[in-house]
Amino acid sequence: MNKKSFGSRLIAAPYLVWSALFIVIPLLIMFYFALTDQNGVFTLSNLSAIGQYKKAFLISILYAVIATAITLLLAYPMAYCMTKSGISTQRMLFMIVMIPMWMNFLIRTYSWITILANTGLINTFLTKIGLKPLRLINTPGAVILGMVYDFIPYMILPIYSVMSKLDKSLLEAAEDLGSDSFTKFKKVILPLTRPGIISGITMVFVPSVSTFYISQKLGGNKTMLIGDAIEFLFNSGPAYYNIASALSLLLMIMILICLFVMNHFSDEDGGVLM
Amino acid sequence: MKILSRLYIALIILFLYAPVAVMILFSFNSSVSVWRFSGFSTRWYSGLAYNTTMLNALEHTLVIALLSALLSTVLGTAAAVGIEAIRKKITKKLVMSVTQVPMMNADIVTGISLMLLFIFIGKLIGLDESLGFFTVLIAHITFNLPYVILSVIPKLRQTDAHLAEAALDLGCTPLKAFFKVILPSISTGIVTGLIMAFTLSLDDFVISYFTCGHYQTLPIIIYNMTKKSVKPDTYALSTLIFITVFVLLILYNVLQTKSEKKRAAAVFKART
Repeated sequence: MNKKSFGSRLIAAPYLVWSALFIVIPLLIMFYFALTDQNGVFTLSNLSAIGQYKKAFLISILYAVIATAITLLLAYPMAYCMTKSGISTQRMLFMIVMIPMWMNFLIRTYSWITILANTGLINTFLTKIGLKPLRLINTPGAVILGMVYDFIPYMILPIYSVMSKLDKSLLEAAEDLGSDSFTKFKKVILPLTRPGIISGITMVFVPSVSTFYISQKLGGNKTMLIGDAIEFLFNSGPAYYNIASALSLLLMIMILICLFVMNHFSDEDGGVLM
Repeated sequence: MKILSRLYIALIILFLYAPVAVMILFSFNSSVSVWRFSGFSTRWYSGLAYNTTMLNALEHTLVIALLSALLSTVLGTAAAVGIEAIRKKITKKLVMSVTQVPMMNADIVTGISLMLLFIFIGKLIGLDESLGFFTVLIAHITFNLPYVILSVIPKLRQTDAHLAEAALDLGCTPLKAFFKVILPSISTGIVTGLIMAFTLSLDDFVISYFTCGHYQTLPIIIYNMTKKSVKPDTYALSTLIFITVFVLLILYNVLQTKSEKKRAAAVFKART
């Protein structure tokens, strides 16, 4: 018996080596770069230089929070409406939501320029019906729209999969016990779909806060997000690797804190359910 | 209520597919613009056959996606079996936490940390160009692994451990017991992991961007093009990819529905 379990534990060995080499060590190297200068001498100057990027950090967090909130507000009713459809329609809708994820997001983001540009589809339409064209592209709104658009499937799908497994008899019980539809939603549907919401929020927030493509294309280089700063510094040559590593480190720590808080919420939820 | 819900679904689908529709429309543009539609033409599609940069990048993307999906599936399935056999709770928790890092972390951080490692190793062994095919392959396997492991582990937990023991008692070698008993019962998890790994790899831009060097994949080429100006040929290629994915998924869906109907019919027959 012992021999057997030893043998089966052993087949994880290649993976353990792999994860040490390509998950743990790279992060340690990043840590090392963040705390040294170009010659490998210990310094805290990279970390103190982060102050210059305070604005980028704050804007990134602000945009990502707004985008995540909008995504949730759009996705939750969508997931709900999906569960109200017939089984075969549900499967079809699931695929329809999923397909855009399989297309290159760079191209999908880029096509928004054609829609939003000053002479783009929306503004051409507006001038045709005699309205003034709007300034849509290169605005914070366009960047947030891009985030919502690119990541909304990651919000719809987890919420939908939790919601579709919801025990219908619980809803009936709530109705029998005299709940109106708002109470039913607040007391039954919302708490039970919380795991889906939590994983949706993390799956939208993390890529939003660290993006560097969406802001470049739809924000017109005017809004520098933290991802833009990191990408720019890394492309500026090895001399900037240290400061860029410090920024990446901070971004990672920030994301870890967010995930930790999120996990705490979902644990609490599990505890309540028990 | 029903009308309202249908309307809402339609609006979200419109939102999801408006840029896709724009892309398809402009892939048929007769002029070079992706702004102004001047007439219908398929010249961008026929031009694709001669666009070696794009075809090469497509080939790179497919090679990396296939190899990384296969390798991460083998490595990840073995890892899942091994991790499940770990008895010490703390060790198991530690391994699982490390496993989830590439999934939870921002892509840009994963990409950069790997790039730093590759450059570091490249310097150690004296390479001029440390980034290329192998580094992008390693990077893709690394970010695919957690998805494979996390889709196999639940299936392993559902598998009755006594079955494998029974096989051993009946004279199977551990290896044979694995292939005859455990593998068939976790196969759906493995397939899910494989498909997920393949699609993730196909679509990845950020991590490839930092680790690929001159071995450029399609998303990298597209990124470089959007830096200058996009021509309808990029849209044409994306449209072709879109149609391929669309047809494959519809086919998959139809086949699944058919097999379910067959199963239902079989159950019905068995009852009567």
